[in-house]
Amino acid sequence: MATLFGSGIKRREDPRLITGKATYTDDVKLPGLLYAVVLRSTYAHAKLKRVDVAKAKKAPGVVAVYTGADVRDKLNTVPCAWNVPNCDLKVPPHPPLAVDKVRYVGDGIAMVVAESRAAARDALDLIDVDYDALDAVVDPEKATQKGAPELHKEVLGNIAFTWKVAGGDAAKAFADAPVTVEQRILQNRLLPTAMEPRAACASYNSGTGQLTCWVTSQNPHIHRFLLSVMTKLPEHRIRVIAPEVGGGFGSKIPGYPDEALVSFASMELGRPVKWTEDRSENYKVTIHGRDHVEYVAMCGTEDGKIMGLRTKVYAGLGGYASTAAPGIPTILHGLMYSGPYTIPNIDGTIYGVYTTTTPVDAYRGAGRPEATFLLERMIDLYARKIGMDPVEVRRKNLIPKDKFPYTVATGITYDSGNYQGALDKALQMFDYKKFRAEQAKARKDGRYLGVGVTTYCEICGLGPSQVAGAVGFGGGLYDSAIVRVYPTGVVRAYIGAKPHGQGEETTFAQIVADEFGIPVENVEVVAGDTEATPQGWGTYGSRTTAVCGSAVKVAAQRVKDKAKKIAAHLLEANEADLEWQDGKFAVKGSPDKGKSFGELALMANVAWNMPPGVEPGLEATAFFDPSNFVYPFGTHICTVEVDVETGEVKILRYIAVDDCGPQINPMIVGGQVHGGVIQGIGEALQEMAVYDENGQLLTGTMMDYAVPKASQMPKIETAHTVTPSPVNPLGVKGVGETGTIASVPTLVNAVCDALAPLGVSHIDKPLTPARVWAAIQQARGGAK
Amino acid sequence: MKRSITLEVNGAPRTAEVEPRALLAYVLRDQLDLTGTHIGCDTSQCGACTVHLDGRAVKSCTVLAVQAEGHAITTIEGLASNGGLHPLQQAFWEKHGLQCGFCTPGIIMTAADLLAAKPKPTEAEIRHALDGNLCRCTGYQNIVAAIQAAADAR
Repeated sequence: MATLFGSGIKRREDPRLITGKATYTDDVKLPGLLYAVVLRSTYAHAKLKRVDVAKAKKAPGVVAVYTGADVRDKLNTVPCAWNVPNCDLKVPPHPPLAVDKVRYVGDGIAMVVAESRAAARDALDLIDVDYDALDAVVDPEKATQKGAPELHKEVLGNIAFTWKVAGGDAAKAFADAPVTVEQRILQNRLLPTAMEPRAACASYNSGTGQLTCWVTSQNPHIHRFLLSVMTKLPEHRIRVIAPEVGGGFGSKIPGYPDEALVSFASMELGRPVKWTEDRSENYKVTIHGRDHVEYVAMCGTEDGKIMGLRTKVYAGLGGYASTAAPGIPTILHGLMYSGPYTIPNIDGTIYGVYTTTTPVDAYRGAGRPEATFLLERMIDLYARKIGMDPVEVRRKNLIPKDKFPYTVATGITYDSGNYQGALDKALQMFDYKKFRAEQAKARKDGRYLGVGVTTYCEICGLGPSQVAGAVGFGGGLYDSAIVRVYPTGVVRAYIGAKPHGQGEETTFAQIVADEFGIPVENVEVVAGDTEATPQGWGTYGSRTTAVCGSAVKVAAQRVKDKAKKIAAHLLEANEADLEWQDGKFAVKGSPDKGKSFGELALMANVAWNMPPGVEPGLEATAFFDPSNFVYPFGTHICTVEVDVETGEVKILRYIAVDDCGPQINPMIVGGQVHGGVIQGIGEALQEMAVYDENGQLLTGTMMDYAVPKASQMPKIETAHTVTPSPVNPLGVKGVGETGTIASVPTLVNAVCDALAPLGVSHIDKPLTPARVWAAIQQARGGAK
Repeated sequence: MKRSITLEVNGAPRTAEVEPRALLAYVLRDQLDLTGTHIGCDTSQCGACTVHLDGRAVKSCTVLAVQAEGHAITTIEGLASNGGLHPLQQAFWEKHGLQCGFCTPGIIMTAADLLAAKPKPTEAEIRHALDGNLCRCTGYQNIVAAIQAAADAR
């Protein structure tokens, strides 16, 4: 049988999705279902003087109304689960409903439970809230300055933590270096915008003491734990089901108050309760991404050797510390300051800062896009200052391919890489020299073409559990699989991760089918229900295939080892004399007398004739904990033309060469790259969550927040190199976030390159026509 | 306050008691159990709720259920006529035109309307036709390829 690994077969999950037969959380309907709606603060920062729910309680169809005072003794506060060490982290309590103060527009104040969505929504308008408004602060740098309003009495100056990363001697490097470039960089705040808004539906059975909660979750086992903390129910009494999940991009990792509130209401009322946010609520309440103010300096020689990198970063956390928030601008950001380069001296200081805004947490790439952007932006500024081609500067500083595993100045060790190989391949596809000639000619004609070239690497496949513990992550980062073979030879694999669009029901079936030599249709992959699946840590950080896929592989190998023992027994042969060929175990030299996987499945499950000491059944569980993270890499190239009269950016070509190791399903890898790149282009050109000075979210609906549309986006040309990782049995690396990580600087550098003759060196993203136009005017004015 | 309305849904008459303010999207989902029609926004931008009203694509979040009275509605559940897959559904499957699948029913309904009006659209026409449908996963490239493939297969 031909191997399935590497084959772009159609996805197993699609038939239900394209026919409308999938079940997302809001599709769940239970007898006696009630609907919950949450009243959200309209002030960014205010004392709550009075919350009067008397009228709402009497409204038609209303069953109950709860305020912060009603739930404060029944529910615990919302936990933060990434306790980053050595940074004096301060996590003030986050009540599920505000008690005496609100800290962002959208902070929950009360929850109405009613017989219908409409009745619950109507009753919200009957709740009377007396606010005593306080000053807002939305900029993370300004929030640390003297006189800024403070959100939490426990947190002086709003600084949640001060985290440092250092390697080499940056002070000496900057003192010695002949060239230094400096830049203030803004990482625009983003709205993750999974197309499915969040939802939670809880059903408590007082007879059994069991709570079942359907949640839009990327990590149902983490949500089970967080729900246990918040509801005070023991973990074994909670079943979390993440059914079909309509995208996450990080926003469905955290624990939110909402799932705890519907669970509480179901326990109080003895009826199932469902809450579903609408989009405007999603934009105010579901976590945001990025939001850094960065001061960055790079130093080096006159001939392009980078000597050092220094950063001071103000990372906005919003009103409270969300589940993984402290780890994003630190572990997943600062540790990646060397990128794919040999930068010997690094010094970074990162301040995590509370602001009166929606909490900020992991959004696609989570910390690495910010690190890659500042590094790639600084390299282009450095190249321009020393008059060297930016590609040559990159090439001169890339880690040589024979140096892996390679430990960078921040202390982490990259698994494998061939950065020059990906760069060469991308340049071959592109013909860089030819473009530079066209660019020079176009400039003479008054047309502004530009090119951006990004060489990146990133940390993913999270990760060794021991490291997770050492960096304060409140959980493990192994993952798990049960491979269960039925008497008829068909297989189910129950996995700890929770794919939500990435296609692992297909790719993991490919792994199992390959191992057993059976058709892929004979394998089902089950995820998302904590009742069925073993303890896992979820789908994020481009970890599912590298970590959970490896658990599937190991479990399948264990099953096969047992099948081999049974085959040896049935064939009356020595196990050592058997070989696996064409889907059968057979004695070497007599392949026609083998035992097929199907026969062995039956014999193991009926157990009529088992080898001595071997238990009946054919299934195995594996918990796979990788020895290191994986570090995918690649080169992205983009060309643009900028209309200097309007500031409009037109993308001419986009080339993505990525190396995620061997690909199980190239069609799915291609889809991950496309989607990732377009999300990055959104960040680079048009997406930004904007607050006014009072903390009102001005981009609070899809009318105002510019999610990329089909007509605005280019076609992506993809290619790959293949460098296996030594840290897992599949050799795979992650590819879910590479596109977003690489594309943002590629776009911005291309635009800045186009405008170089006008004297434009940097524009803060997103590069909207207005901003590009303003930068051109400013540069022209400055030249006068 | 509620009114009884009868409309034709996927070829069969259906009756529902609805408030005059009820949006068609919610009635389809909550009362007629057709949850393939999704709701992804509240400002008529995302297009996840797109259905056909008398054969033309509409955003069912922007139609009152009472306005649909007496009209024919087709949802994703009723798109294929033969119990198999509609050519667009098949093409989305073949071309990896979806990832999380949440926007997909709306996009397929929009694409069906496009192909009915313009059997051989150019890439630019396809992308323009999708302006009222947002997808956050695919980057649109394989959606465009799927619609082209469905057009070519006709």
